[in-house]
Amino acid sequence: MTRFVLRRLIALIAILFCISVGAFFLIHLLPGDPTVTILGPNDTPENRNALLKELGLNLPLWQQYLTWIWNVLQGNLGQSFITHQSVSKIISSAFPIDLELIILSQIMALGFSIPLAIASARRPNGLLDRASTTTSFGMLAIPPFILIVVLVLLFSIHLHIFPGPGSYVPFQQDPISNLHTMILPAIVLMVGSTTIYFRLLRADLIATLQQDFITVARSKGLSDRYIMWRHALRPSSLSLLASAGLNISGLVAGAFVVEYLLAIPGLGFELVNSIQQVDYLSVQSITLFVAVVIVLINFIIDFLFTVVDPRIARE
Amino acid sequence: MTMASERSENFPIHDENPGPLLKVRDLRTTFTTPRGKLNAVDGVSFDLARGETLGIVGESGSGKTVLSRSIMSLLPRSGLEQSGSIEFEGIEMLSATPDVLRTLWGAKISMVFQDPMTSLNPVVRIGRQITESLRLHTGMDKTEANAMAVSLLTQVGIPSPEQRVRNYPHQLSGGMRQRVMIAIALACSPRLVLADEPTTSLDVTVQAQILDVLAKLQEERHMSVILVSHDLGVVATRTDRIAVMYGGRIVEIAPTDRLFRAMAMPYTKALVASTPRLSQPSHVRLTAIEGRPPDLVHLPKGCAFSPRCSYATDKCHSEVPPLTASRDNASHLFACWNPLPSTPVAITTTPGSSAS
Repeated sequence: MTRFVLRRLIALIAILFCISVGAFFLIHLLPGDPTVTILGPNDTPENRNALLKELGLNLPLWQQYLTWIWNVLQGNLGQSFITHQSVSKIISSAFPIDLELIILSQIMALGFSIPLAIASARRPNGLLDRASTTTSFGMLAIPPFILIVVLVLLFSIHLHIFPGPGSYVPFQQDPISNLHTMILPAIVLMVGSTTIYFRLLRADLIATLQQDFITVARSKGLSDRYIMWRHALRPSSLSLLASAGLNISGLVAGAFVVEYLLAIPGLGFELVNSIQQVDYLSVQSITLFVAVVIVLINFIIDFLFTVVDPRIARE
Repeated sequence: MTMASERSENFPIHDENPGPLLKVRDLRTTFTTPRGKLNAVDGVSFDLARGETLGIVGESGSGKTVLSRSIMSLLPRSGLEQSGSIEFEGIEMLSATPDVLRTLWGAKISMVFQDPMTSLNPVVRIGRQITESLRLHTGMDKTEANAMAVSLLTQVGIPSPEQRVRNYPHQLSGGMRQRVMIAIALACSPRLVLADEPTTSLDVTVQAQILDVLAKLQEERHMSVILVSHDLGVVATRTDRIAVMYGGRIVEIAPTDRLFRAMAMPYTKALVASTPRLSQPSHVRLTAIEGRPPDLVHLPKGCAFSPRCSYATDKCHSEVPPLTASRDNASHLFACWNPLPSTPVAITTTPGSSAS
């Protein structure tokens, strides 16, 4: 167990180093210059040079990188060139929104897909199975930016069930209306996950139910429901777990299409904004933060694998 | 062999209901396949007494596994047609509802499966796999069931059972897993255990140990056992009676000692001849039965064995021989138009004969 954690930690440090280098140099390849945005009409050569010196952008790239990473290691993620807000503050106000969206959408996705996959796998090619397989196939083909427009049109504009774009309320301010505004984006993010989880789990369950140990379980007189939950579900959930890891990782700062369309100030929203403004420090630091979160999620998923299937050694 | 015959004469009958434990009458099990109807079991009848051990032997595809699963009513229902009757302790298995079957499975009838590597759930601890049927059928609480699981593992000869109950199947060897399977099957002291090729996938040395454990527990609990095997050597020393199956039918059934003294079916003789013997000099080619087992979708006309039988006559190719009793022994039945003259056949069995 300790060896497992230790080895992962070493790998984690290596990965994060590579990501920090990548994030830093990639953003400096972007065309544009933050000074243009900052100076606006005062953009004279003297002002520009003074500002470049002030921001440390006149130094060679490798020196800029070392300065940045040295600050990051000391817990200082820097300041936005544009808004002068500290990046830690941006992250600490934006990341909880992503986290909430991820938790809501994943709970709904698992809550739908697991019972549906079980019911379908019980009678493969039955009516329910065919209906849900076809529906999930259709859902897979709908991109989230179409879905969100349709749902906003239907639920916000016509039915007035959920508030429309731009009505985001922070959770600390009013939890109830916050949840109310977050349900629509969570549903949009849920749809993609649900269809994938359903299809993977259904296929694996059908395969597991053919196994000898299921016949043995039946020969003990156990009920079908007990066999399904106690004997079939766990050995069938490895691909589900793997894809949940990928999905959740993808949603960290990856929900920006939904956030952008509904004007929810999540991490993806902030990141896209910073990129547009060529706000080097914000982009670098947010990217590094996202990378840390994704690596941690995968670390947890790897650990869960060993819990679900004891044959996967932790060494 | 002597042990088995003594047992068949001496085993005590002290049961509530007299009469056989299991009565199978004209059982037919048919699967619908893309090629047509497959008659896996084609009109099988026999009785099984309490405490008796019946061996069922035959080649692959002779219908012996389907027969044992039919008795248990454990076959998948889609594309399945069954007729005839299977009466177990007065309950008609073929018409029993799933709920009734579930009260019998594990409690009154249980099964030891062929491959211990795939028969145990890889993600469930050994202990739980034993206790779940105990808790379901006997109403034991968790502590009692756990204690029982440890005692069962001791009885099937697993060292340090207190630690083993916490193990997962992949931490055990094949032989150990089959012992666990026996512990699972015997947990609730069933009246009938169906052992379907219980030792086929194990080393020869382990085979004898597993069969010994099964025989010992059977004796202690006065259970009936149906031992299915393709290996006459395995069933010869451990059964009271043997039924030989071919093409989904029983072609010869007799008390074990009688069968080896006076086998009547040429097929039985061919099976015996193809069993390896210790008395043979080494590097002698094994006698194989010519031809292939019959296609269960298109059984040959007449006796199903006739195309491979060197004694076959025209009658054999056109008319199915009925299963009839031997003239000198009513418990010896065979289905053959040209039975062999009674000549005793010596058989030196492979596993277990020295160990028992």
